[in-house]
Amino acid sequence: MSWTRRHLLDLQSLSAEELTLVLDTARAFRAVGERAIKKVPALRGKTVVNLFVEPSTRTRISFELAALRLSADVINFTAEASSLKKGETLKDTVRNLEALNADFIILRHGASGAPHFLSRFARAHVVNAGDGAHEHPTQGLLDVFTIRERMGRIEGLNVTILGDIQYSRVARSNIWALATLGANVTLCGPSTLVPKVFESLHPRIRVSWDLDDGLRGADVVNLLRIQHERQRVSAFPSIGEYASLFGLTPARMARVRKDALIMHPGPINRGVEIASEVADGPQSVILEQVTNGLAVRMAVLFLLNGGRQGELAP
Amino acid sequence: MSSVILEPRVLQRTIARMAHEVAERNPQSADLALVGIQKGGVALAGRLAAALERILGHAVPVGLLDVAMYRDDLDRRAAPALMPTEVAFPLEGRMVVLVDDVLYSGRTVRAALDALADLGRPRRVQLAVLVDRGHRELPIRADFVGKNLPTSTQQFVDVRWAEDGGDDTVLLREATP
Repeated sequence: MSWTRRHLLDLQSLSAEELTLVLDTARAFRAVGERAIKKVPALRGKTVVNLFVEPSTRTRISFELAALRLSADVINFTAEASSLKKGETLKDTVRNLEALNADFIILRHGASGAPHFLSRFARAHVVNAGDGAHEHPTQGLLDVFTIRERMGRIEGLNVTILGDIQYSRVARSNIWALATLGANVTLCGPSTLVPKVFESLHPRIRVSWDLDDGLRGADVVNLLRIQHERQRVSAFPSIGEYASLFGLTPARMARVRKDALIMHPGPINRGVEIASEVADGPQSVILEQVTNGLAVRMAVLFLLNGGRQGELAP
Repeated sequence: MSSVILEPRVLQRTIARMAHEVAERNPQSADLALVGIQKGGVALAGRLAAALERILGHAVPVGLLDVAMYRDDLDRRAAPALMPTEVAFPLEGRMVVLVDDVLYSGRTVRAALDALADLGRPRRVQLAVLVDRGHRELPIRADFVGKNLPTSTQQFVDVRWAEDGGDDTVLLREATP
């Protein structure tokens, strides 16, 4: 099959074939990253705008480097130093960027659905780099890519996502990609952060409020950062209590399979959701996720660049 | 509607002749290396390498090159599938023979030269193709040609390698839906 979408807005709407195409394409770009010359001319002459209305360093840097390695020109546009602070609407900002012939707009926004809104009028390709608590598709893709490269498959694996599920766009993107590709997903954490209603999203999803139960039989444990910034009320009494009840410590690792992968999208809170010994331990693939993120973002830009505009499905 | 251009026995003889020409033109055979362009050039590179080994008495390294990231039409077509690039030997100082099955516009070879340059700096690059069907759009020509085949732009050349599940024949097909 070939890629027909103009935008990457979420993983919920992607088919298993589309997800697999991105992962296969990312594998070729990872090989490019291992060469002496890590740059290819695929996006020569194209302009990529990183429009980050919400702060982010690692995702922006990853997209920036991905675009540079594809030979595109890159502009970084952050909310703190932009016209958005002067009252310009997102729509007007984007129209101005398009007047400069932007070909890709990578949007990070605090409001869920902002990239979808943008895609309704933008001529440029829109890539969602995280919208509110909705989705973070490239993070979900890089997590699934890392699992597939290490385990050789996704189907039939038991993946536990541990931590702040309710406020996490990373969790949602992971859930959709993993379930579509046939993994069994356990969402684990305190009941205040892991609503039972998530089980209604997909038959392969299970909620567990007990860490030992959540870790049992897991092939992959993906830890999520506690998103203080998105919580309106505190979901647990103290950081110390969260660390003692749900932190992944060496003692708890004894109950995790020896060949299980430990993942974290970063930035990690050492001593809170993950102990240093675990984060730096042999089962951790946290830094590999960062390397893979670059390859996945190159793959996404490469796939979206294909095709004549107007001839492709939205 | 299609006609057979090369049947299996003739295909085999053609490749053997090409291998002899490559050996003759590259007397310093220790520096020789073959690089097959994905996907149709890979099988031919493998066959040429086997034939060269019989002629030279030593193995010739073979690499694979995917040129999709170097194409000049990436925003005019659906993104192409990417295949592995594997060149496990240093290109520095090598006499590289780029190998493809069909030479047509020359654009794939242009992309391959750029892709190769990103992997290293060979001493010399030559081009071997099984079929040269004409209609060049760039100033590119092959050093070793299995068969020169006059075609119209409405026709297709199908090289059906046994390695890819085919019957080792080359067909010329009319553009019928």
